[in-house]
Amino acid sequence: MTAALLTGADAKTEVPLKRRLRRAERRRQAKALALVLPLLLFLLFTFAGPIAGMLWRAVDDHEVRQILPQAVAALASWDSKDLPDEKAYAALASDILAARASGTIAIAAKRLNYALNGFRTILTSTARNLKAAPEPGTAKEALVKINPAWRERTTWTTIKDASGPVTGFYLLAALDLTRNVDGAIVATAPDQAIYREVFARTFLISLSVTALCLMLGFPVAYLLATLPPGRSNLLMIFVLLPFWTSLLVRTCAWIVLLQSKGVVNDSLHWLGIIDEPLRLIYNRFGVCVAMTHVLLPFMILPLYSSMKAISPAYMRAAASLGAPPLTAFLRIYLPQTLPGIGAGSLLVFILALGYYITPALVGGAADQMISYFIALYTTETANWGLASALGAVLLLATVLLALVYGKLVQGQQVTGGMKN
Amino acid sequence: MEAGMVKPAPALVRFSGIQKTYDGEHLVVKNLDLDIRKGEFITLLGPSGSGKTTTLMMLAGFEVPTQGEIYLAERPIKNVPPHKRDIGMVFQNYALFPHLTIAENIAFPLSVRNTSKAEAQERVSAALRMIKMEALAHRRPGQLSGGQQQRVALARALVFNPQLVLMDEPLGALDKRLREQMQLEIKQLHETMGITVVYVTHDQSEALTMSDRIAVFNDGIVQQIDRPDALYEHPVNSFVAHFIGENNVLAGTVETVEKEYCRVALAGGGAVTARAVNVSGVGASTSLSVRPERIAIIPDGGAGDGPNRLPAKVQNTIYLGDHALAVLDVAGNGKFMVKLQPGTHDSLRHGEGVFITFRPEDCLALNPV
Repeated sequence: MTAALLTGADAKTEVPLKRRLRRAERRRQAKALALVLPLLLFLLFTFAGPIAGMLWRAVDDHEVRQILPQAVAALASWDSKDLPDEKAYAALASDILAARASGTIAIAAKRLNYALNGFRTILTSTARNLKAAPEPGTAKEALVKINPAWRERTTWTTIKDASGPVTGFYLLAALDLTRNVDGAIVATAPDQAIYREVFARTFLISLSVTALCLMLGFPVAYLLATLPPGRSNLLMIFVLLPFWTSLLVRTCAWIVLLQSKGVVNDSLHWLGIIDEPLRLIYNRFGVCVAMTHVLLPFMILPLYSSMKAISPAYMRAAASLGAPPLTAFLRIYLPQTLPGIGAGSLLVFILALGYYITPALVGGAADQMISYFIALYTTETANWGLASALGAVLLLATVLLALVYGKLVQGQQVTGGMKN
Repeated sequence: MEAGMVKPAPALVRFSGIQKTYDGEHLVVKNLDLDIRKGEFITLLGPSGSGKTTTLMMLAGFEVPTQGEIYLAERPIKNVPPHKRDIGMVFQNYALFPHLTIAENIAFPLSVRNTSKAEAQERVSAALRMIKMEALAHRRPGQLSGGQQQRVALARALVFNPQLVLMDEPLGALDKRLREQMQLEIKQLHETMGITVVYVTHDQSEALTMSDRIAVFNDGIVQQIDRPDALYEHPVNSFVAHFIGENNVLAGTVETVEKEYCRVALAGGGAVTARAVNVSGVGASTSLSVRPERIAIIPDGGAGDGPNRLPAKVQNTIYLGDHALAVLDVAGNGKFMVKLQPGTHDSLRHGEGVFITFRPEDCLALNPV
């Protein structure tokens, strides 16, 4: 009897216990969430939201749909094989008249001109010359009379392709690809293809800067990690000094140093090494020098922290086991700095990929990186779709790199070591 | 060389007039002369800062003597870099390479010597067998316990058959039980392999357990080099007496000296006869040293005479399992320890007056501290 009562009581208290535990856990989680909530909201509104918005613009295609709604609807069932039927012509004519009245024709013209050079003229001339809605059955005749381009299949496939609501057009364009009249993906005409080359250039400059940073930063980081604290602190201040100066100031300082009447050229001339000033700026050399200078601390700091964690006992152990200094360095020291090399290189490379101001100020026309074109399309020509698509491709490449790095580091994971 | 004299076996290592200073002001090692014989297990024992680790590092080649020369197998090695000295070393925190597996760690000294793959593999397996860790060959050091890491470090230092193995407080990071077990294992390895070991520790019981000879360091000077039992029984000065084993100290003044013995008046009253080991003469102050296990307690008014009989007051008794200690107040020393026979500790009461007695040969008159 008593036993039964006891177990009954146990069974009864067990459920509330679990529930109490859950409630306590929930309270703890809520507290943790409350602590990060302000930052989370801040990031959501200022960072994640705008980025998502920009990414959406890379595939968003609503202008033509909005401005030429009847034509878009009429073309929906068109098989793109022959010219569309009279109905489509009539719909387009009606759309153009309506757009002209509301003053939105230029927007559609601009969008269509991205896809087919000269479309702006076709559309605006048609809008200008189309006096009134053509008689039923004569729409095709009327439009073709105004501009013979309406007899071309390409003109119509361009409208159909741009009818949205989403498009791969910008993303394809960012990779120098386009759809031909039959809808197949083909390479852009060579004279218009530039982005692959720009991406390749961006990666090449970033890679050179990363390699330079690694070559220059590794010995400095080693010195930092091995010097006695007093001197290493002083050296660290010199390493961090660039961080405390504005990027613009540092870049302009390089202009002062490297220009043809600059400090470097004057010194070399004075020393009699050169007769003519060397071209040190507004070319690839200047870009690499200035970017390496700006990005060097991002390489040195991860290297330093990974080297600081390597006990000097390892090198002593290697020496006592018979390894000459170079062997000990290559087989014992270097492998342990790999996580630092990876982190520093990735950091520098990714930062370099997005560099804008420095190449814009000290580079020539052939040294502009992808961010220059993104800025150009965002601020100058307001082709946000292409700007977003270029950004999306860059973002994708960066994310892929980060993932690859993550995999590499995971495989390289060094656990434990010295227990001190 | 005189004809007919037996030439003594040459020392494997000879420190000759070694001095070392780091800052140019203080000598960390002051004029060290030390011979290490082939096949022996010698321990450099001393408190921290006594110069024992510096001595080891000079032998390994990581520190350069400021003055003097070190000979290894008759060859001066002061200017030989560490990697050409052929000396195996076990470090305080093992220094196993964290990015290599256990097998790779042990194979490292062989691979830098361009040992053939087959032979290296064979020797690595033999080394793994020796430390009974074949199954863990492909683990990383971080996945092993402290004791296992220690064994790997040992195997790595021995696998290339160095002429000398140095160990720098290798057991310092282990707990007591494991430490004692490893002491026996290292001792056994030394005996079976016939290697020469130079071992550095500040733990006197570790030194006593393992060593053939112990060099006691203090203040940059070797105070005494001898077998463990000789150090314990015949310390040459107060430092060695105090550092090796438990020790009671009584301060006094020498009254008379007669052959090997002297009569000492204690500062706290009374007089005892002691062996005159390190006294400068009549009237000099001295520190007497008596081991706790060489003292007998006799109850007040009990029998027993002899020259050394002192009144004492019981402060406390400490039960330690296999034996017990009585803490007494003797001649002003309130922490005078006496080791008790098992089962006798409960007869002493706090505050009780007793007498202690010890033989003159167990009482050493040493330099004053």
